[in-house]
Amino acid sequence: MSDVSVETVADTMYDMVKEYHGKKNLKALDLQKAMIKKFGDDKVDKKMCKAAIRQLIDSGKCTYSYVGGSYIVLPPEKTE
Amino acid sequence: MTEKRQTPKLDELTKGPWPSFVTEMKKVQDNPMVNDLLGQLERSYNEKIGHWKHGGIVGVMGYGGGVIGRYNDLPDDFPECNEFHTIRVNQPAGWFYDSKTIRKICDIWEKRGSGLTNFHGSTGDMVLLGTRTKELEPLFSDLTSIDFDLGGSGSDVRTPSCCNGKARCEWACYDTMKICHEVTMHFQDELHRPAFPYKWKFKFSGCANDCVASIARSDCAVIGTWKDEIKIDQKALQEHYVNGGGVDIARDVVNRCPSRCMSWDGTKLEIANEDCVKCMHCINVLHKALRPGDERGAAILIGGKAPIIGGALLAFTLIPFIDIENSLEDIYEVVEEIWDLWGEYGKNRERIGEFIQRIGLGNFLEQVGLEPAPEMISHPRTNPYIFFELDGEE
Repeated sequence: MSDVSVETVADTMYDMVKEYHGKKNLKALDLQKAMIKKFGDDKVDKKMCKAAIRQLIDSGKCTYSYVGGSYIVLPPEKTE
Repeated sequence: MTEKRQTPKLDELTKGPWPSFVTEMKKVQDNPMVNDLLGQLERSYNEKIGHWKHGGIVGVMGYGGGVIGRYNDLPDDFPECNEFHTIRVNQPAGWFYDSKTIRKICDIWEKRGSGLTNFHGSTGDMVLLGTRTKELEPLFSDLTSIDFDLGGSGSDVRTPSCCNGKARCEWACYDTMKICHEVTMHFQDELHRPAFPYKWKFKFSGCANDCVASIARSDCAVIGTWKDEIKIDQKALQEHYVNGGGVDIARDVVNRCPSRCMSWDGTKLEIANEDCVKCMHCINVLHKALRPGDERGAAILIGGKAPIIGGALLAFTLIPFIDIENSLEDIYEVVEEIWDLWGEYGKNRERIGEFIQRIGLGNFLEQVGLEPAPEMISHPRTNPYIFFELDGEE
């Protein structure tokens, strides 16, 4: 489908989470929409975004948090 | 151990013949976590305010659900329950366990947490009440070693639950436990990695008696029904209900039929099946003489919820009949279409029922590619709020 790799999407998502840290909580869907907008729907799809989020979470670079809803955030040790 | 907390107000709840959560907690008050928990609750009763905070970043690696972070705001006064996280464990379909399995779970839980449990939470999971953050990973590892997994929490697919269907009930129109298990396995990613605007609950009932209250408590209710005629055994009807007595068929059955599709002349019961809404009332009352038809499947309903942000909603029919045991792939397809639409346009913390109310049922159906049907009503004899376009009209 694309020349954009899951790793690239994951890295871009990570940068976005870092940028918004302390300003706005981002949901998985916010990240997905932003990636499709950035790379174009011919290069990035939902499946790819899902895989990228999974990579971010499984690697420990990001974690889930619950504040009324579920959000993707930096783990506490990365924000200290 | 520190001194036992005195709880005069809570002790009032141990009086009388009824079951009491205080009585059960007091049995294990030697556990310091439970002791402090009782003390904290007594204090809340005195001050008339709760001392819990919940949420935050707490869970096991890779999962976004299954652990509900809980902390008290009185860590100096009640340090043993300062961290008191709740664990949801995915229950076996139909809640069938053997005692050996429950003992294993309790042994793990006494080692890793407070030992307090709730069998079962309203979503259906086993709920393990109260553990510390440092115990979460070891606990998860212990649970998976006996083939249990965490359930859902947050904005994800919540742990699907079902009645015990064909295992114990002659009315089950499909194998609820099998379908519940298959749906649970199919949506593992959605269950453990929250990606929705808000929670999504599946519940599976084998018939319209709806023993898991799917119509009121789930976003997607799958309720067993049938397509053909109710089977009547006129001989059994005479034997057990006319000669045997006990039931006034005209008053208790015919007059209580919601669609008035039955008639009774004192000797013969007749049903206009084309008007029957399969509510199960007549079958429940005349259970030795009536049975659901042979062409069995399920109706898919959508939009039910208990009150949290908005008020309570009952689910309404989305698919009037489907041979569910042979059409699961079709269900997955429809559900994923709905998730896409809801994910794209749903507001934060907006349940699917509220979303449909906001955008209108007609628009919703058009977007998910389903044709309107007369069964798509929220209440009997009400307008379905769908505007049909006449031929030639734009």
